[in-house]
Amino acid sequence: MAAQLRQLRQQIRSVKSTAKITRAQEMIATSRIVKAQNAVAASKPYADQITQAITALVSHHVSIDHPLLKEQPEDKRSAVLIVTSDRGFCGGYNANVIREAESLIKALREQGKEPLPYLVGNKALTWYRFRDRDIEAEWTGFSDRPAFADAERIGQRLAADFLKTDAEGGVGEIHVVYTEFVSMLTQSVQVRRLLPLDIEETAREQVPPAYEFEPTAETVLDQLLPGYVESRIFHMLLQSAASEHASRRRAMKSATDNANELIGVYTRQMNQARQAAITQEISEIVGGADALADSGGE
Amino acid sequence: MATLKVGLVSPEREIWSGEAKMVVAQTVEGQLGIMPGHAPVLGVLLDGSVVKVEPADGGEWISAMVGSGFFSIAGDEVSVLAEHAELGTDVDVAAARHDLEAARAGGEEDSTAERRARARLRAAGQEA
Repeated sequence: MAAQLRQLRQQIRSVKSTAKITRAQEMIATSRIVKAQNAVAASKPYADQITQAITALVSHHVSIDHPLLKEQPEDKRSAVLIVTSDRGFCGGYNANVIREAESLIKALREQGKEPLPYLVGNKALTWYRFRDRDIEAEWTGFSDRPAFADAERIGQRLAADFLKTDAEGGVGEIHVVYTEFVSMLTQSVQVRRLLPLDIEETAREQVPPAYEFEPTAETVLDQLLPGYVESRIFHMLLQSAASEHASRRRAMKSATDNANELIGVYTRQMNQARQAAITQEISEIVGGADALADSGGE
Repeated sequence: MATLKVGLVSPEREIWSGEAKMVVAQTVEGQLGIMPGHAPVLGVLLDGSVVKVEPADGGEWISAMVGSGFFSIAGDEVSVLAEHAELGTDVDVAAARHDLEAARAGGEEDSTAERRARARLRAAGQEA
C-alpha cells in the first residue's frame, strides 16, 4: 500500500515538471507569433513595391525576354525547396510539409522530371539524412527568426542554379513547399512554383504609369528580378516562421492540458489508495480489539 | 507647393517615410535630383551610394546609405527600395571605418564593400 502511494506521488511530481516545461514553451511561442507577424507586416511595403515595379516593367515591355522568365522544357532537373523548422515540439508542422513535399516529388517524377531537394531547417535535413537520400543544398539555423540575408543566400543559389542547364548541374524549374500562416488556428501547407515566373494576364483599372528606365529597361529588369525572387523567398520564410510558432503554441497547449488532466487522475488514485490504507488499518485495529475483548471475557 | 511622398524601405522594415521637397539619388549613370512633377522613372541605384531627402517640414536633410536596390517615381510618389539601407543617424561610425579599412586592405579597387563603407560614412556626415 505504502509503496503504491510513493509511486503515485513520484509520478505526479514528474508530470508536474513536464507541464511546467510545456507551459513555458507555449508562452514563448505565443510571444514569438506576435513578433513573427510584425516581421511579416514590416516586409510588406518592400514586397508590394517590388511587385508593382515588376508589373509595370512586364506590362509595358511584353517583349522582354529574360532568362528568369523563360520556360526551360529541355531541363528535366527541378529544384524542390522544402521549408521546415530547426526544432521539433511543434505538432504536425514538419510532418505536413514533408508529406506535401513527398507527393510533389512523386508528381514531378511521374512527369519525367528529376526532383532535387533543397532543404531549409534541421528537421528536413535529419529526415533526409536518416533515409540516406541525396541533398542538393541545405540551410539551417534561422527557421524561427529569418533575416533577409538568409533569403538572399537561398535566392542567389537558386537563381544561379536556374540559369545553368542540366548538363552544368542546373535546374529547369523551382518549386517551394512552405506553410502559410492563415490565422492563429489555421496554417496551410502551400506548394508554389517560384521560377520561371508566371505572367498573369489581368484586367486592372489601374494601369501602371509608363516609366522611363534608368539606365535601360534590361538593366532594371536584371536587377529587379533577383530582388523579386529573394523577396518572395523572404516572404515564404517569414510565413513559415509564424506558422511554426503557431503550431508549437497549439502543440504545447494540448501537452499542458493533457499533463494537467493526468495530474488530476493520479491525485484521485493517490487519495483513493491513502483512504484504503487508513480504512484497512482501522478495521485491523477494531478486529484486534474485538479479539482481545473476546479472549479477556472468558 | 506640391510635395513628394517618399518611402525608403528595406526588405525587413520601412526605414523612413514622409513628405519631402526633394530627393537626390545616385544611379549607375550619375546623380539624379527629383522634385515634384518628375516624369515616372524606374532606376537602378548605385550599390553603395547615399540617398538624400529634404523633408517638406523644413527640417535637416536626411541621408541614408543604400546598397543594391532601385527607386521608382510615379506621380508624386517616390519609393526607394534597397536590400541594404541604413539611416545616417543610425550608422556606427567606428564600425564603418573599420569596414572601410578592411575593404581597403583587401586590395581590390573600388569593391562593393569599400563603396558601401564609404557610403555609410558619408551618410553619417563623416569624411570618407
